[in-house]
Amino acid sequence: MADTFKLEIVTPYGLVMSGEAEELTAPSIIGQITILPGHHPLLTALTIGELSYKYKGKTEYLAVSWGFAEVTFDRVTILVETAEKAIDIDLTRAEAAIKRAEERLKSLTEDDADYFTAKTSYEKALVRIEVAKKVKGS
Amino acid sequence: MASLRDIRKRINSVKSTQKITKAMKMVAAARLKRAQDNILMARAYAERLQMVISSLAARIETKTHPLLEDREEKKSLLMLVFTSDRGLCGTFNSALLKQVEAYVAEKREAYGENICLMVVGRKGVEYLKKRNYNVIDSWTNIYQKEQYETARTIGEKIIDSFINHQCDEVVVVYNKFRSAISQVPTFTTLLPLEPIVENPEMPLTEYIYEPDKQTLLNELLPRNVFTQIHRAILESIASELGARMTAMDNATNNAIEMVDRLTLLFNKTRQAAITKELMEIIGGAEAIKK
Repeated sequence: MADTFKLEIVTPYGLVMSGEAEELTAPSIIGQITILPGHHPLLTALTIGELSYKYKGKTEYLAVSWGFAEVTFDRVTILVETAEKAIDIDLTRAEAAIKRAEERLKSLTEDDADYFTAKTSYEKALVRIEVAKKVKGS
Repeated sequence: MASLRDIRKRINSVKSTQKITKAMKMVAAARLKRAQDNILMARAYAERLQMVISSLAARIETKTHPLLEDREEKKSLLMLVFTSDRGLCGTFNSALLKQVEAYVAEKREAYGENICLMVVGRKGVEYLKKRNYNVIDSWTNIYQKEQYETARTIGEKIIDSFINHQCDEVVVVYNKFRSAISQVPTFTTLLPLEPIVENPEMPLTEYIYEPDKQTLLNELLPRNVFTQIHRAILESIASELGARMTAMDNATNNAIEMVDRLTLLFNKTRQAAITKELMEIIGGAEAIKK
Protein backbone atom coordinates (compact mmCIF):
# COMPACT_ATOMS: atom_id res chain seq x y z
CA MET A 1 0.00 0.00 0.00
CA ALA A 2 1.17 3.46 -0.77
CA ASP A 3 2.50 5.29 2.22
CA THR A 4 1.28 8.70 1.10
CA PHE A 5 -1.92 10.10 -0.31
CA LYS A 6 -2.71 13.13 -2.41
CA LEU A 7 -3.94 16.06 -0.41
CA GLU A 8 -5.73 19.11 -1.73
CA ILE A 9 -6.95 22.02 0.33
CA VAL A 10 -9.32 24.30 -1.55
CA THR A 11 -11.01 27.53 -0.50
CA PRO A 12 -13.18 29.94 -2.53
CA TYR A 13 -10.09 32.14 -2.76
CA GLY A 14 -7.92 29.48 -4.30
CA LEU A 15 -5.94 26.33 -3.88
CA VAL A 16 -4.08 26.55 -0.59
CA MET A 17 -2.23 23.30 -0.82
CA SER A 18 -1.86 20.53 -3.32
CA GLY A 19 0.61 17.73 -2.82
CA GLU A 20 1.46 14.55 -0.99
CA ALA A 21 0.95 13.86 2.69
CA GLU A 22 1.55 10.94 5.01
CA GLU A 23 -0.85 11.84 7.74
CA LEU A 24 -3.63 14.34 8.19
CA THR A 25 -5.40 15.55 11.30
CA ALA A 26 -8.56 17.55 10.79
CA PRO A 27 -11.20 19.11 13.07
CA SER A 28 -14.34 17.19 12.16
CA ILE A 29 -17.55 18.26 13.83
CA ILE A 30 -17.55 15.19 16.04
CA GLY A 31 -13.95 15.59 17.11
CA GLN A 32 -10.41 15.51 15.79
CA ILE A 33 -9.82 12.81 13.23
CA THR A 34 -6.58 11.53 11.85
CA ILE A 35 -6.37 10.03 8.41
CA LEU A 36 -3.63 7.74 7.24
CA PRO A 37 -3.09 6.39 3.73
CA GLY A 38 -5.59 3.73 2.73
CA HIS A 39 -8.35 5.08 4.92
CA HIS A 40 -11.84 3.93 4.10
CA PRO A 41 -13.76 6.47 1.97
CA LEU A 42 -15.20 9.09 4.25
CA LEU A 43 -17.15 12.28 3.94
CA THR A 44 -17.23 14.50 6.95
CA ALA A 45 -18.08 18.05 7.90
CA LEU A 46 -15.29 20.13 9.39
CA THR A 47 -15.58 22.89 11.92
CA ILE A 48 -13.40 25.77 13.01
CA GLY A 49 -10.14 24.33 14.21
CA GLU A 50 -6.63 23.28 13.55
CA LEU A 51 -5.68 21.13 10.62
CA SER A 52 -2.25 19.58 10.27
CA TYR A 53 -0.53 17.27 7.89
CA LYS A 54 2.76 15.48 7.91
CA TYR A 55 5.06 14.99 5.01
CA LYS A 56 8.61 13.68 5.21
CA GLY A 57 8.76 14.23 8.94
CA LYS A 58 7.63 17.84 8.70
CA THR A 59 4.31 18.92 10.10
CA GLU A 60 2.42 21.88 8.70
CA TYR A 61 -0.35 23.60 10.62
CA LEU A 62 -3.31 25.51 9.25
CA ALA A 63 -6.22 27.31 10.83
CA VAL A 64 -9.42 26.38 9.01
CA SER A 65 -13.07 27.23 9.35
CA TRP A 66 -16.22 25.49 8.24
CA GLY A 67 -15.96 22.96 5.42
CA PHE A 68 -15.65 19.32 4.38
CA ALA A 69 -13.18 16.56 3.99
CA GLU A 70 -13.69 13.96 1.34
CA VAL A 71 -11.50 10.92 1.67
CA THR A 72 -11.15 8.34 -1.06
CA PHE A 73 -8.63 5.54 -1.21
CA ASP A 74 -5.77 7.56 -2.62
CA ARG A 75 -6.71 11.18 -2.10
CA VAL A 76 -8.12 13.63 0.39
CA THR A 77 -9.91 16.78 -0.65
CA ILE A 78 -10.49 19.43 1.94
CA LEU A 79 -13.05 22.10 1.08
CA VAL A 80 -13.03 24.91 3.58
CA GLU A 81 -14.21 28.49 3.62
CA THR A 82 -10.95 29.78 5.00
CA ALA A 83 -7.56 28.19 5.47
CA GLU A 84 -4.52 30.04 6.72
CA LYS A 85 -1.08 28.59 6.98
CA ALA A 86 0.52 29.07 10.37
CA ILE A 87 3.43 31.03 8.94
CA ASP A 88 1.03 33.48 7.27
CA ILE A 89 -0.78 34.35 10.48
CA ASP A 90 0.14 37.66 12.00
CA LEU A 91 0.16 36.98 15.74
CA THR A 92 -0.25 40.60 16.85
CA ARG A 93 -3.20 41.06 14.56
CA ALA A 94 -4.77 37.82 15.72
CA GLU A 95 -4.39 38.89 19.33
CA ALA A 96 -6.03 42.21 18.62
CA ALA A 97 -8.84 40.35 16.90
CA ILE A 98 -9.42 38.08 19.86
CA LYS A 99 -9.64 41.04 22.24
CA ARG A 100 -12.19 42.68 20.01
CA ALA A 101 -14.21 39.50 19.74
CA GLU A 102 -14.04 38.92 23.49
CA GLU A 103 -15.37 42.36 24.29
CA ARG A 104 -18.11 42.00 21.75
CA LEU A 105 -19.08 38.66 23.17
CA LYS A 106 -19.32 40.13 26.69
CA SER A 107 -21.72 42.82 25.57
CA LEU A 108 -24.10 40.29 24.04
CA THR A 109 -26.33 37.66 25.52
CA GLU A 110 -27.32 34.39 23.94
CA ASP A 111 -30.60 35.86 22.78
CA ASP A 112 -28.94 38.47 20.58
CA ALA A 113 -28.97 37.83 16.89
CA ASP A 114 -25.28 38.62 16.65
CA TYR A 115 -24.25 36.35 19.48
CA PHE A 116 -23.56 33.44 17.21
CA THR A 117 -21.50 35.47 14.75
CA ALA A 118 -19.50 36.98 17.58
CA LYS A 119 -18.88 33.58 19.06
CA THR A 120 -17.74 32.22 15.74
CA SER A 121 -15.26 35.03 15.22
CA TYR A 122 -14.00 34.51 18.77
CA GLU A 123 -13.41 30.83 18.09
CA LYS A 124 -11.74 31.58 14.80
CA ALA A 125 -9.38 34.03 16.45
CA LEU A 126 -8.59 31.56 19.20
CA VAL A 127 -7.66 28.86 16.74
CA ARG A 128 -5.52 31.20 14.70
CA ILE A 129 -3.49 32.11 17.75
CA GLU A 130 -3.02 28.52 18.78
CA VAL A 131 -1.92 27.56 15.31
CA ALA A 132 0.41 30.52 14.99
CA LYS A 133 2.04 29.72 18.32
CA LYS A 134 2.83 26.20 17.20
CA VAL A 135 5.21 27.55 14.61
CA LYS A 136 6.62 30.46 16.56
CA GLY A 137 7.20 28.29 19.62
CA SER A 138 9.24 25.62 17.88
CA MET B 1 -14.82 81.39 -35.98
CA ALA B 2 -12.89 80.23 -32.93
CA SER B 3 -9.78 82.15 -32.11
CA LEU B 4 -6.37 80.50 -32.08
CA ARG B 5 -6.21 80.72 -28.33
CA ASP B 6 -9.54 78.93 -27.94
CA ILE B 7 -8.46 76.09 -30.17
CA ARG B 8 -5.17 75.70 -28.34
CA LYS B 9 -7.04 75.51 -25.04
CA ARG B 10 -9.35 72.89 -26.45
CA ILE B 11 -6.44 70.78 -27.71
CA ASN B 12 -4.82 70.87 -24.30
CA SER B 13 -7.97 69.86 -22.52
CA VAL B 14 -8.57 66.94 -24.89
CA LYS B 15 -4.98 65.85 -24.39
CA SER B 16 -5.31 65.79 -20.63
CA THR B 17 -8.56 63.87 -20.86
CA GLN B 18 -6.77 61.40 -23.07
CA LYS B 19 -4.09 60.96 -20.41
CA ILE B 20 -6.75 60.14 -17.84
CA THR B 21 -8.61 57.68 -20.03
CA LYS B 22 -5.37 55.99 -20.94
CA ALA B 23 -4.40 55.65 -17.29
CA MET B 24 -7.83 54.24 -16.46
CA LYS B 25 -7.50 51.73 -19.23
CA MET B 26 -4.15 50.56 -17.93
CA VAL B 27 -5.43 50.24 -14.38
CA ALA B 28 -8.45 48.27 -15.54
CA ALA B 29 -6.26 45.99 -17.63
CA ALA B 30 -3.93 45.27 -14.74
CA ARG B 31 -6.77 44.52 -12.36
CA LEU B 32 -8.60 42.45 -14.93
CA LYS B 33 -5.84 39.87 -14.89
CA ARG B 34 -6.25 39.44 -11.14
CA ALA B 35 -10.03 39.27 -11.40
CA GLN B 36 -9.75 36.56 -14.03
CA ASP B 37 -7.43 34.55 -11.80
CA ASN B 38 -9.93 34.90 -8.97
CA ILE B 39 -12.65 33.41 -11.12
CA LEU B 40 -10.48 30.41 -11.89
CA MET B 41 -9.68 29.94 -8.21
CA ALA B 42 -13.30 30.10 -7.18
CA ARG B 43 -14.25 27.75 -9.97
CA ALA B 44 -12.00 25.05 -8.50
CA TYR B 45 -13.89 25.29 -5.22
CA ALA B 46 -17.30 25.38 -6.86
CA GLU B 47 -16.60 22.36 -9.01
CA ARG B 48 -15.41 20.25 -6.12
CA LEU B 49 -18.37 21.29 -4.02
CA GLN B 50 -20.66 20.28 -6.85
CA MET B 51 -18.90 16.94 -7.07
CA VAL B 52 -19.33 16.27 -3.38
CA ILE B 53 -23.00 17.23 -3.55
CA SER B 54 -23.77 14.99 -6.49
CA SER B 55 -21.85 12.07 -5.08
CA LEU B 56 -23.76 12.49 -1.85
CA ALA B 57 -27.10 12.88 -3.60
CA ALA B 58 -26.52 9.67 -5.50
CA ARG B 59 -26.48 7.78 -2.23
CA ILE B 60 -29.35 9.42 -0.48
CA GLU B 61 -32.90 8.19 -0.66
CA THR B 62 -35.03 11.18 0.16
CA LYS B 63 -33.98 14.29 -1.66
CA THR B 64 -36.08 16.74 0.23
CA HIS B 65 -34.79 19.99 1.49
CA PRO B 66 -36.53 23.38 1.83
CA LEU B 67 -34.10 24.85 -0.71
CA LEU B 68 -35.03 22.28 -3.32
CA GLU B 69 -38.75 22.87 -3.00
CA ASP B 70 -40.25 23.89 -6.32
CA ARG B 71 -43.52 25.45 -5.24
CA GLU B 72 -46.48 24.91 -7.47
CA GLU B 73 -47.99 28.27 -6.86
CA LYS B 74 -45.36 30.95 -7.22
CA LYS B 75 -46.50 34.24 -5.80
CA SER B 76 -43.47 36.43 -5.56
CA LEU B 77 -40.17 36.83 -7.28
CA LEU B 78 -36.92 38.10 -5.84
CA MET B 79 -34.20 39.38 -8.11
CA LEU B 80 -30.60 39.86 -7.11
CA VAL B 81 -28.98 42.35 -9.46
CA PHE B 82 -25.26 43.02 -9.70
CA THR B 83 -24.12 46.36 -11.10
CA SER B 84 -20.97 48.39 -10.58
CA ASP B 85 -20.28 51.13 -8.06
CA ARG B 86 -18.50 53.33 -10.52
CA GLY B 87 -19.29 54.59 -13.97
CA LEU B 88 -17.10 55.14 -17.02
CA CYS B 89 -17.44 51.57 -18.11
CA GLY B 90 -19.45 51.88 -21.30
CA THR B 91 -22.78 50.12 -21.47
CA PHE B 92 -21.91 47.75 -18.62
CA ASN B 93 -24.68 48.99 -16.33
CA SER B 94 -27.16 50.40 -18.81
CA ALA B 95 -27.34 47.24 -20.90
CA LEU B 96 -27.91 45.12 -17.82
CA LEU B 97 -30.47 47.44 -16.27
CA LYS B 98 -32.42 47.72 -19.48
CA GLN B 99 -32.72 43.95 -19.57
CA VAL B 100 -33.75 43.90 -15.92
CA GLU B 101 -36.54 46.36 -16.71
CA ALA B 102 -37.71 44.28 -19.64
CA TYR B 103 -37.60 41.14 -17.51
CA VAL B 104 -39.61 42.74 -14.72
CA ALA B 105 -42.17 44.00 -17.21
CA GLU B 106 -42.53 40.51 -18.61
CA LYS B 107 -42.82 38.89 -15.19
CA ARG B 108 -45.42 41.40 -14.04
CA GLU B 109 -48.02 39.31 -15.79
CA ALA B 110 -47.38 36.34 -13.57
CA TYR B 111 -46.37 38.02 -10.32
CA GLY B 112 -48.20 41.34 -10.40
CA GLU B 113 -46.57 43.72 -7.96
CA ASN B 114 -44.86 40.97 -6.01
CA ILE B 115 -41.47 41.49 -7.54
CA CYS B 116 -38.77 42.72 -5.23
CA LEU B 117 -35.16 43.46 -5.93
CA MET B 118 -31.94 43.21 -4.02
CA VAL B 119 -29.37 45.36 -5.73
CA VAL B 120 -25.61 45.38 -5.44
CA GLY B 121 -23.62 48.35 -6.74
CA ARG B 122 -24.30 52.08 -6.49
CA LYS B 123 -25.22 52.53 -10.15
CA GLY B 124 -27.98 49.98 -10.07
CA VAL B 125 -29.33 51.11 -6.72
CA GLU B 126 -29.62 54.72 -7.90
CA TYR B 127 -31.17 53.78 -11.22
CA LEU B 128 -33.76 51.36 -9.89
CA LYS B 129 -34.75 53.40 -6.86
CA LYS B 130 -35.31 56.46 -9.01
CA ARG B 131 -37.68 54.45 -11.18
CA ASN B 132 -39.67 53.26 -8.18
CA TYR B 133 -38.82 49.60 -8.33
CA ASN B 134 -39.35 47.71 -5.13
CA VAL B 135 -35.75 47.64 -3.89
CA ILE B 136 -35.87 45.84 -0.56
CA ASP B 137 -32.16 45.64 0.07
CA SER B 138 -29.00 47.10 -1.38
CA TRP B 139 -25.27 46.91 -0.94
CA THR B 140 -22.63 49.29 -2.21
CA ASN B 141 -18.84 49.29 -2.17
CA ILE B 142 -18.55 45.59 -1.56
CA TYR B 143 -16.39 44.62 -4.47
CA GLN B 144 -13.07 45.36 -2.84
CA LYS B 145 -13.73 43.44 0.34
CA GLU B 146 -13.63 39.73 0.96
CA GLN B 147 -16.13 38.61 -1.62
CA TYR B 148 -16.98 35.24 -0.17
CA GLU B 149 -18.00 36.79 3.14
CA THR B 150 -20.25 39.20 1.27
CA ALA B 151 -21.74 36.38 -0.77
CA ARG B 152 -22.50 34.63 2.46
CA THR B 153 -24.25 37.62 4.02
CA ILE B 154 -26.38 38.10 0.92
CA GLY B 155 -26.97 34.37 0.64
CA GLU B 156 -28.17 34.04 4.21
CA LYS B 157 -30.71 36.81 3.68
CA ILE B 158 -31.99 35.21 0.51
CA ILE B 159 -32.25 31.77 2.04
CA ASP B 160 -34.17 33.23 4.97
CA SER B 161 -36.68 34.94 2.77
CA PHE B 162 -37.09 31.85 0.60
CA ILE B 163 -37.66 29.51 3.51
CA ASN B 164 -40.10 31.94 5.13
CA HIS B 165 -42.12 32.01 1.90
CA GLN B 166 -41.46 35.71 1.33
CA CYS B 167 -40.42 34.76 -2.15
CA ASP B 168 -40.94 31.63 -4.20
CA GLU B 169 -38.31 32.12 -6.81
CA VAL B 170 -34.94 33.84 -6.81
CA VAL B 171 -33.20 35.01 -9.95
CA VAL B 172 -29.65 36.34 -10.10
CA VAL B 173 -28.73 38.90 -12.74
CA TYR B 174 -25.14 39.74 -13.53
CA ASN B 175 -22.80 40.44 -16.39
CA LYS B 176 -21.13 37.22 -17.33
CA PHE B 177 -17.52 37.60 -18.26
CA ARG B 178 -16.85 36.14 -21.65
CA SER B 179 -13.78 38.09 -22.64
CA ALA B 180 -12.33 41.54 -22.12
CA ILE B 181 -14.49 42.88 -24.93
CA SER B 182 -17.62 40.84 -24.41
CA GLN B 183 -19.85 40.77 -21.34
CA VAL B 184 -23.26 39.21 -21.44
CA PRO B 185 -26.10 40.11 -19.07
CA THR B 186 -27.14 36.77 -17.64
CA PHE B 187 -30.22 35.63 -15.73
CA THR B 188 -29.95 32.45 -13.69
CA THR B 189 -32.35 30.88 -11.26
CA LEU B 190 -30.77 30.58 -7.86
CA LEU B 191 -33.66 29.16 -5.86
CA PRO B 192 -35.24 26.68 -5.83
CA LEU B 193 -31.97 24.91 -6.40
CA GLU B 194 -31.90 22.81 -9.48
CA PRO B 195 -32.58 19.16 -8.83
CA ILE B 196 -29.29 17.45 -8.29
CA VAL B 197 -28.01 15.58 -11.27
CA GLU B 198 -26.55 12.28 -10.42
CA ASN B 199 -23.33 11.54 -12.10
CA PRO B 200 -23.61 8.02 -13.44
CA GLU B 201 -19.87 7.67 -13.87
CA MET B 202 -19.25 8.21 -10.21
CA PRO B 203 -17.95 4.98 -8.69
CA LEU B 204 -20.36 3.91 -6.03
CA THR B 205 -17.99 3.06 -3.24
CA GLU B 206 -19.67 3.09 0.13
CA TYR B 207 -18.58 6.06 2.16
CA ILE B 208 -18.58 6.56 5.87
CA TYR B 209 -20.58 9.66 6.67
CA GLU B 210 -20.04 11.84 9.68
CA PRO B 211 -22.55 12.87 10.91
CA ASP B 212 -25.27 11.32 8.69
CA LYS B 213 -25.99 11.88 5.01
CA GLN B 214 -29.04 14.04 5.45
CA THR B 215 -27.32 16.43 7.86
CA LEU B 216 -24.40 16.71 5.50
CA LEU B 217 -26.64 17.50 2.57
CA ASN B 218 -28.47 20.08 4.62
CA GLU B 219 -25.18 21.75 5.36
CA LEU B 220 -23.99 21.55 1.78
CA LEU B 221 -26.96 23.04 0.00
CA PRO B 222 -26.77 26.52 1.53
CA ARG B 223 -23.05 26.56 0.69
CA ASN B 224 -24.02 25.92 -2.88
CA VAL B 225 -26.11 29.09 -2.81
CA PHE B 226 -23.22 31.10 -1.36
CA THR B 227 -20.85 29.73 -3.94
CA GLN B 228 -23.16 30.70 -6.78
CA ILE B 229 -23.54 34.22 -5.46
CA HIS B 230 -19.80 34.42 -4.98
CA ARG B 231 -19.33 33.43 -8.56
CA ALA B 232 -21.76 36.09 -9.76
CA ILE B 233 -19.81 38.70 -7.79
CA LEU B 234 -16.51 37.63 -9.31
CA GLU B 235 -17.93 37.52 -12.82
CA SER B 236 -19.39 40.95 -12.34
CA ILE B 237 -16.07 42.36 -11.16
CA ALA B 238 -14.18 40.94 -14.12
CA SER B 239 -16.87 42.12 -16.53
CA GLU B 240 -16.81 45.62 -15.12
CA LEU B 241 -13.07 45.85 -15.56
CA GLY B 242 -13.28 44.43 -19.06
CA ALA B 243 -16.03 46.89 -19.99
CA ARG B 244 -14.07 49.77 -18.54
CA MET B 245 -10.95 48.74 -20.38
CA THR B 246 -12.77 48.67 -23.71
CA ALA B 247 -14.64 51.90 -23.03
CA MET B 248 -11.47 53.72 -22.02
CA ASP B 249 -9.60 52.35 -25.00
CA ASN B 250 -12.27 53.76 -27.29
CA ALA B 251 -12.19 57.05 -25.43
CA THR B 252 -8.43 57.26 -25.82
CA ASN B 253 -8.65 56.56 -29.55
CA ASN B 254 -11.37 59.14 -29.95
CA ALA B 255 -9.29 61.67 -28.10
CA ILE B 256 -6.33 61.04 -30.40
CA GLU B 257 -8.57 61.53 -33.42
CA MET B 258 -10.00 64.68 -31.96
CA VAL B 259 -6.57 66.13 -31.26
CA ASP B 260 -5.63 65.46 -34.88
CA ARG B 261 -8.70 67.22 -36.14
CA LEU B 262 -8.25 70.15 -33.80
CA THR B 263 -4.59 70.47 -34.78
CA LEU B 264 -5.62 70.64 -38.41
CA LEU B 265 -8.17 73.30 -37.60
CA PHE B 266 -5.57 75.16 -35.56
CA ASN B 267 -3.10 75.20 -38.46
CA LYS B 268 -5.74 76.28 -40.94
CA THR B 269 -6.85 79.09 -38.67
CA ARG B 270 -3.25 80.17 -38.20
CA GLN B 271 -2.67 80.18 -41.94
CA ALA B 272 -5.85 82.14 -42.51
CA ALA B 273 -4.75 84.71 -39.95
CA ILE B 274 -1.31 85.08 -41.60
CA THR B 275 -2.85 85.42 -45.04
CA LYS B 276 -5.22 88.02 -43.75
CA GLU B 277 -2.40 89.99 -42.15
CA LEU B 278 -0.33 89.81 -45.35
CA MET B 279 -3.26 91.05 -47.39
CA GLU B 280 -3.69 93.96 -45.05
CA ILE B 281 -0.02 94.90 -45.25
CA ILE B 282 0.02 94.65 -49.02
CA GLY B 283 -3.19 96.60 -49.21
CA GLY B 284 -1.71 99.29 -46.98
CA ALA B 285 1.51 99.47 -49.03
CA GLU B 286 -0.49 99.78 -52.26
CA ALA B 287 -2.47 102.62 -50.77
CA ILE B 288 0.69 104.53 -49.79
CA LYS B 289 2.18 104.07 -53.29
CA LYS B 290 -0.70 105.84 -54.87
